[in-house]
Amino acid sequence: MEEHKIRVLVAKPGLDGHDRGAKVIARAFRDAGMEVIYTGLHQTPEQIVEAAIQEDVDVVGMSVLSGAHMTLFPRVKELLDENGADNIILMGGGTIPEEDIRELTEKGYAKALFTPGANTDDIVAWIRGVVQ
Amino acid sequence: MHELVQRLLDGDRRAVARIITLIENNAQDKEQLLRELFPHTGRAFVLGITGSPGAGKSSLADSLTSYYRKQGLTIGVIAVDPTSPFTGGAILGDRIRMQEHALDKGVFIRSMGTRGSLGGLARATKEAIKALDAYGRDIILVETVGVGQSELDIMATADTTMVVLNPGTGDSIQTIKAGIMEIADIFVVNKCDRDGADKMAAEVSAMLDLGHGQNPNWRPPVMKTSTLDGRGIPELVEAVSKHREFAVSSGLFANRRAQQLKAEVTETVEHYLKELLWQKAGASGEMDKLLEDAAQRKLDPYTIARRILAVFDG
Repeated sequence: MEEHKIRVLVAKPGLDGHDRGAKVIARAFRDAGMEVIYTGLHQTPEQIVEAAIQEDVDVVGMSVLSGAHMTLFPRVKELLDENGADNIILMGGGTIPEEDIRELTEKGYAKALFTPGANTDDIVAWIRGVVQ
Repeated sequence: MHELVQRLLDGDRRAVARIITLIENNAQDKEQLLRELFPHTGRAFVLGITGSPGAGKSSLADSLTSYYRKQGLTIGVIAVDPTSPFTGGAILGDRIRMQEHALDKGVFIRSMGTRGSLGGLARATKEAIKALDAYGRDIILVETVGVGQSELDIMATADTTMVVLNPGTGDSIQTIKAGIMEIADIFVVNKCDRDGADKMAAEVSAMLDLGHGQNPNWRPPVMKTSTLDGRGIPELVEAVSKHREFAVSSGLFANRRAQQLKAEVTETVEHYLKELLWQKAGASGEMDKLLEDAAQRKLDPYTIARRILAVFDG
């Protein structure tokens, strides 16, 4: 009997060292029955994409609190596409201003972005909805 | 041939990743994939790493990977972490210690949740090893869940198994508890930069004096390592090579592989038999009636079992 388990890579790109949010979200995904691959701090976009490919995840979730979101999301999306992994859904969260969220999602660099205070149940429901 | 198998044999790492997922998920194509992978397996050397949580299994896997890479060998790593029996979810965090190799195409790392298995590995671990073997990896490191006293699956999976211990984690009684002593081909006292490493190594050694393992001709060496500064890693690699040579020359290697194959065939037959049985017995609809009789104590479970098995008669 086939059983599809949702696999999510939770990644912390760049230089900021605050991973509390990433850990909270990783735990929420676990409690929702998903398999969460957590890779630790200070990941480069290249490392994130390679891990996503080897782990064959459905979703990459990036936590960005450094303000570098306008560089990091487009770069990771570009690398996913270059490696033929455009089926992997890129989403994320962090301290990201409204207008940047609009730009990143409209241009397809992120499928959805959540900001501080977002309900983890909503994020879980969103993932379940987009992973068929 | 399955398109994914062809791509794997052509060296496409995305195909490897996809195949492992399909196997883990028990997908419809699983049997075809495994059938077609099989002729290309049997070449990789499988090195098992087991020990309690936090003993340093991932860090050791990382150090060994660096060492073997310098010798030009390609590496596959399968790291197993526990799945929650309550939610079915898992946090797989072994990659944290292996980031140095994230961009090395000669290293393929895959994390797996146990998904209900209790022996320290996932049900699909053996099959994932086959995928990495067919992909052409020279050495496959398999890191078990950190449990410590009962994860014996690794013994039936790896060619060489190392048990990782730490200084100051319990007296010698811990080391002579059933299981650990018997599955180790090599003992590793990791974190040897800490106090008590020599004492720990001496205690394990003393226990080995009283008898060891299933093979009288191989006394498991006790190695001391520190992944902080790389101390003892070359010696550990040397010990692994020695065990490998011993295993090949003594026939242990061939024997283990033969046993593993036998176990695999047996398990597969039993699995298919079960499926077939419930297909046949389920279709007849007799089960519910029999269970009702059992509830009223008119029939016992043993008689019912015999009656259900009668679907195979004739």
